[in-house]
Amino acid sequence: MDNYLTLLSFGDQGWGDEIAIGVVTTISLALATLPVGLLIGFLVALAKQSREWSFRTAADIYTTIFRGLPELLTLFLVYFGLQIGIQQLFQTLGVEAGVEINAFLAGVIALAFVFSAYASEVFLSAFRAISNGQYEGGYALGLHRNQVMRLVILPQLIRIALPGLSNLWMILLKDTALVSAIGLTDILRQTGIAARNTKEAFLFFGLAALLYLVLALLSSVVIGRVEAAGKRGETVR
Amino acid sequence: MTALQERLEASERPPALPRTWTGERIAGNLVLAFWLVAGVLMVWYLVEAWAPEKVERYGPKYISGLLTTLSLVGLSLVIGAALSIPVAIGRMSKNKLISRIAFAYVYVFRGTPLIAQLFLIYYGLGSFRPQLEAVGLWGFFREAWNCAVFSFALNTAAYQAEILRGAVESVPKGQWEGAAALGLNRVQTLYKIILPQALIVALRPYGNEIILMIKGSAIVALATVYDLMGETRRAYSRTYDFQTYIWAAIFYLVIVETLRNVWSVVEARLTRHLQR
Repeated sequence: MDNYLTLLSFGDQGWGDEIAIGVVTTISLALATLPVGLLIGFLVALAKQSREWSFRTAADIYTTIFRGLPELLTLFLVYFGLQIGIQQLFQTLGVEAGVEINAFLAGVIALAFVFSAYASEVFLSAFRAISNGQYEGGYALGLHRNQVMRLVILPQLIRIALPGLSNLWMILLKDTALVSAIGLTDILRQTGIAARNTKEAFLFFGLAALLYLVLALLSSVVIGRVEAAGKRGETVR
Repeated sequence: MTALQERLEASERPPALPRTWTGERIAGNLVLAFWLVAGVLMVWYLVEAWAPEKVERYGPKYISGLLTTLSLVGLSLVIGAALSIPVAIGRMSKNKLISRIAFAYVYVFRGTPLIAQLFLIYYGLGSFRPQLEAVGLWGFFREAWNCAVFSFALNTAAYQAEILRGAVESVPKGQWEGAAALGLNRVQTLYKIILPQALIVALRPYGNEIILMIKGSAIVALATVYDLMGETRRAYSRTYDFQTYIWAAIFYLVIVETLRNVWSVVEARLTRHLQR
């Protein structure tokens, strides 16, 4: 028992500090991905309900690709693809430079692709839940198209989309574990290193699973608060 | 509306406006053109990079990887489906202890990444080697393949249990009461009245779960199982040729899209009595 406590302690003897770094990386990766993914997802949802056939088709291709590819493969495609692509670009430009893509950036891009593909579907169904009268009322008041979107539609849209989006946040949190495969020091990577060095694999991978569970639990508390805040305007029936 | 009225209205309708080049239309065409160029570039790249000796060497490996992926997913889904039944029953049980245990199972397996579960079982159970050897299970858990099937089955059982529970609970209570009034016992009610209605509701989520498993199974490559992803990684580490990953992407997209379309045909066929 003392042995385990030493292993988990912070400092030279234990792995606590290394794993804490992993927790920070995982959380910051998920938090960095969220706004990017939400923005792209919203834009794709707008494109999906456009009157233009070309917009709709382009958006459908986007979701088909990023919902159909395994997340791990998307990650590798982005990580190695960007590296090779930039190297090729440098070669054609005649620049001699070794390129190393930041794993964190590659993780954010890949996870944002996946997140936004799913988020666009959530936004789309939320858009469909808002009646046309809301737009018409907005136009009748003389609001501009952008104003209608910002002042009338978005506040309702967010409330309707929130349950779906919080689901996607939980999935995102779990998907961040994949970045350990490209060497980013997240929870799983750090616990994996600890497991290899101490031969206590069950302890450390169990700890990793526990940490993800705690993160999920914390998020559901926060999401519950946000949902309550979103509902405070609704009348009690 | 009579035919005359229809023709009258058609004749009075003003002519359609000519399609103008709005900003939206231009942007839409640009985005679509981007995909088109990307697609053409990809095909051109693949044609350019086509190397018969590589195809000869790695082609069969991709096929065997594909079969590994499919059998892994198929096996885990079937075992998971069997496991999900007691879990779903436990979730719906009136006994607080049983329903809490079932809830904890579902929460743990849905709240942690599949890859962490796989590592916990594949690498973690090595910590208990003496104990496992004592009960004669070490031979089973030593193989990466068995660990993968084991962890995937446990994982998908949690998801499938929730699908099953949601579907059974979506059937109105009056169906149970009606069956009871007809004198059917609980088992008969379940098989003849509830499940036929519940499984139709569950069709779509089951389809999604299959697709999620196919995509999720790619992580076994990180635990030394040579599935489609594993073969891809091996081919890449030997050739440093990026087309290995492109081919994997094509394989996965084709499987997922085929499955999605087949599933929606099956769903349409099975729910044809509900369509108006």
